Amino acid sequence: MKKKSVYALVDCNSFFCSCERVFNPKLENKPIIVLSNNDGCAVSRTDEAKALGIKMGAPYFQIKNFCDKHQVHVFSSNYALYGDMSRRVMRTLSDFTPDLEIYSIDEAFLSLTGFQNLSEYALKIKSQVQQYTGIPVSIGIGPTKVLAKLTNMMAKKEKKKTNGVVNYFEIENFDEKIKQIPVQEIWGIGRKSSEKLAQYQIKSVYDFKCADEHLIQKLLTIVGLRIQKELKEEECLSLESIRDKKQIISSRSFGQPVYELDEIKESVASHISQAAEKLREQDSICSSIMVYIHTNRFKNTPQYYNSNVIHMLSGTASTPKMIHYAFEALEKIYRKNYEYKKAGIVLMDIQKKTSSQLDFFSTHDSKKDDELMKVMDLINQKQGSGTVKFAACGLDQMWKMLSEMKSRNYSSRWSELLEVF
Amino acid sequence: MSTVEEDKQPLIPLYSSTVSCGFPSPAEPYIDTDLDLNEYLVTKPAATFFVRAKGDSMINAGIHEGDILIIDRSIQARSGHIVLAILNGEFTLKRLQTRGTEIWLLPENPNYKAQKINNESDFGVWGVAVHCLHKLI
Repeated sequence: MKKKSVYALVDCNSFFCSCERVFNPKLENKPIIVLSNNDGCAVSRTDEAKALGIKMGAPYFQIKNFCDKHQVHVFSSNYALYGDMSRRVMRTLSDFTPDLEIYSIDEAFLSLTGFQNLSEYALKIKSQVQQYTGIPVSIGIGPTKVLAKLTNMMAKKEKKKTNGVVNYFEIENFDEKIKQIPVQEIWGIGRKSSEKLAQYQIKSVYDFKCADEHLIQKLLTIVGLRIQKELKEEECLSLESIRDKKQIISSRSFGQPVYELDEIKESVASHISQAAEKLREQDSICSSIMVYIHTNRFKNTPQYYNSNVIHMLSGTASTPKMIHYAFEALEKIYRKNYEYKKAGIVLMDIQKKTSSQLDFFSTHDSKKDDELMKVMDLINQKQGSGTVKFAACGLDQMWKMLSEMKSRNYSSRWSELLEVF
Repeated sequence: MSTVEEDKQPLIPLYSSTVSCGFPSPAEPYIDTDLDLNEYLVTKPAATFFVRAKGDSMINAGIHEGDILIIDRSIQARSGHIVLAILNGEFTLKRLQTRGTEIWLLPENPNYKAQKINNESDFGVWGVAVHCLHKLI
């Protein structure tokens, strides 16, 4: 009989803000927000900032005065730092499981099938990540990914009470608890879906769990049905079928072990192509790409895991452009003589195409535009972002201001290390 | 005697007949590679950070202004370790010492004072200094 699966979803709390706190202990317990480069919206907020009422995605120009008044610390995105800290967190997590599935820059699923004392183990994971990297995490444990996501959300919502860990197998009256949770909180159920469900009086997670399967399939297609089955402890989802619009993932294990960079490049190129299509379908562009590769932990062969985040000055949805950047990221982390099992990419910092500047970089970029982009990116990467920017750009002031609020590359530039007395 | 082509991986050495019988053959191929500083200096990459020393408060421990310190967060700090500590929100690099139930942070320079950690102090250990890299020229 197949062993019952156990998944743990580990998710960093206010990840970008937490990264800033590691190198600046004065920020502990303070309200902090981190802004996205292009739009200047809040993309990460500490609990203290949330308590002040700052919403996710709030445009900075709208909340600037409020932030000044309430002494909210504001940072521009420091992707070099966040990418490095993410690597550290994932590396630390990989010590705890034979199978780690990275979901985004700050989330990963761990397979804990067959492990004993799950809650205790999860507390150990949380404690080790905190000690090694300084990043606080929340952990949800369950027999399926949807349930792990749900318990993770419960852990995050009541950090003090749960100690940051919620284990489905130890919850009494789970059904009672989910009567209080709106259906929109389920992974994969967005606002539109919850509106459809509301018309049939399906409002809570409990309602959704108990609803007729045919109705669910009719309203939300086979994907919705699979989500419902996962709620009922039946494993049937692959990661790709649940698409978080904020990040697009594409990854696949290799059928046979792969050694050569060229083969991995092929795989990464096809992931990028698929993901870029979805991006364009959504009428969006992305500004950051994460690439990761790793060996098979089940095998008794040398182990290697690494990831790299590359961020682009202006967003793009151009497949060849994204492949180029993904290859750059990949080349930096590829090592010879390892038996690779999996490669994957995550598209991040996704925004809708809106302003005229963005139209300038449409999917059908001219070669000249490509070259210009390349030079700009290179200069900005070497000299610091914001060094070169477009004149007559409505966001001019925003660029200047934002780069001044970026913290140092504490873990990736010799010239920017922490200085200690 | 055969020569090994440069781009081929060295083969597991075969022993000549001069080796006495009963000698166990090596389990692994013996390959010389470049010495890797990373391997030597960093035990736990996920928990290892670099910081730069300022001032001369730890000069007698061999830590000079501008030196790079390798800080390992995975090590449990003990009395006698040089630690990167946080005191009232500020980073400080000092030698940790426990005297009974008391915790002290000691400089390595007579011009600086030792500090006792009170219960009211906002104190924590960020990591343990494992190596100091001092440039000579």
